[in-house]
Amino acid sequence: MTTMLSIGGLWKSFAGFVATRDVSFELLTGENHAIIGPNGAGKTTFFNLITGHLRPDKGNVSFEGRDLVGLPPQKIVRLGIARSFQRINIYPRLTVFENVQVALIAHEGQQWNLFRPGRSLHREGTQELLELVGLAPEALETAGELSYGKQKQLELAIALASQPRLLLLDEPTAGMSPQETGETIASVRDIVKARGLTLLFTEHDMSVVFGIAERISVLHHGEIIASGAPDAVRNDPEVKRVYLGEHAHG
Amino acid sequence: MPSHRQLIASAIVVLLLALIPLAGSRYAVDLTTEVLIYALFALSLNVLIGFTGNISFGHAAYFAIGGYACAILLTTYGWPLALALPAAVVLAGLVAAVVGFFCVRLTQIYFAMLTLAFAMLVWGIAFKWKEVTGGDDGLTGIKVPAMLTNHVNYFYFTLAVVSAGIAALWVICHSAFGLTLVAIRENSVRAGFIGVDTRRMRWAAFTVAGTFGGLAGALFGMYHRGMYIENAFWTESANVLIMVLLGGIYSFVGPIIGAAVLHLLQVFTNQYTPYWPTVLGLILLVIVMVLPDGLIGLARRVKARGGRS
Repeated sequence: MTTMLSIGGLWKSFAGFVATRDVSFELLTGENHAIIGPNGAGKTTFFNLITGHLRPDKGNVSFEGRDLVGLPPQKIVRLGIARSFQRINIYPRLTVFENVQVALIAHEGQQWNLFRPGRSLHREGTQELLELVGLAPEALETAGELSYGKQKQLELAIALASQPRLLLLDEPTAGMSPQETGETIASVRDIVKARGLTLLFTEHDMSVVFGIAERISVLHHGEIIASGAPDAVRNDPEVKRVYLGEHAHG
Repeated sequence: MPSHRQLIASAIVVLLLALIPLAGSRYAVDLTTEVLIYALFALSLNVLIGFTGNISFGHAAYFAIGGYACAILLTTYGWPLALALPAAVVLAGLVAAVVGFFCVRLTQIYFAMLTLAFAMLVWGIAFKWKEVTGGDDGLTGIKVPAMLTNHVNYFYFTLAVVSAGIAALWVICHSAFGLTLVAIRENSVRAGFIGVDTRRMRWAAFTVAGTFGGLAGALFGMYHRGMYIENAFWTESANVLIMVLLGGIYSFVGPIIGAAVLHLLQVFTNQYTPYWPTVLGLILLVIVMVLPDGLIGLARRVKARGGRS
């Protein structure tokens, strides 16, 4: 397998607090990779550094051989990286349908068309994506009024509309009930497989991770302390101490 | 494309407006002309506010530039209207593009303050550049084509230009561009990460708003046969902002309703009391407290309630 995303010596600090500490990381094309770590471990910062929402203090990020540092988010998404956000990130006053439609418009570069009616574009593509994530029945509802779990599904549809090769999901099941979590994981796994995507996701719930990830990296205080196959990571003494242990007691 | 119902409704409204001069009241004709001009002005501002989510406190600047430019070209340089009007509109758009270039680097209150600052600059130029703008005496005696000196003819001219302007804004606001602007208003971070250059899109929206604001200003100057520095003052920017808020920012027609209601209220209030600013304050209070989405929002809520019972 080839390396899709390669990160070396990445540092980021906020007013003296080090959120990312010398992180080096390789993501292989086609793998499902999870970043786990307790809240505050720096998972979201790590994603923001990849997607251009934050600029690293030091280090490099390259995607399929292309340097990403310094590129704005809207350029990075066009290279084939899409993401969902940990805090729900949709267009609350638009309909579910329009939420996805606008992403397809942007993907096709039609946002500069002042004459073609927006609502007539990409109707089939939008419908397909909504069916894929199971939101077709809610197409005409106002997105902000959907349940939490469905808004997460909508985010996934928006991300997929950018036709990514690499999908980054930031805590895809955060705030979900156990049943919703199971459904979401199954759905994500199927979609990723069907579309041949590479998946990198963060998660704090261990059971989710072992169900889907082929490789796991553990982030703790901004550092990657272990990386490898699920079983190896689970049995790593350092990981047990800082992460699994906390869960066992908490 | 607009639905058949929308097209028919708009045609009926334009037709009814076209019948107003038949009633024979000069007062009604003049009042309607003013409302039409303000409706276009308010709609142009709503491209920024309602569609893009950027509140401008300086929209009067483009209204004034359009008005002054058209007036100066007609009067000082003797250009024909067919050249002066488009040139004035393009100039307003160009200035909006230059100002917008800087403003869209900021967001929220900082954006609003910068639009205000540039608008005050425009006011300052109108005030100081006496030999061109007439300074605080205003630019009077604007030479409009003989055909338009008759108030009824000018009304029909305004009706035609405003209708065309509103139609153009409708197309823009409902285009792929317009839908993307709404996405930016709703969530600019997310819009950025579907591949939209949100800053450039906001810049374009700013330019569109300024262009159509300039068109409204040009109509205004010719209607009054004069432009005055008050037309560039921040109170004008506040006035059109209140029109937009009163009508409702989340609907296309809201600002038209807001412009009509606010302007008519002002005219009627002034007949009974000199305390229009007090009345305006009360209106603003009502909008903020109970009509956050304006009269259109209120109408929608009433309709929704009626439909349920």
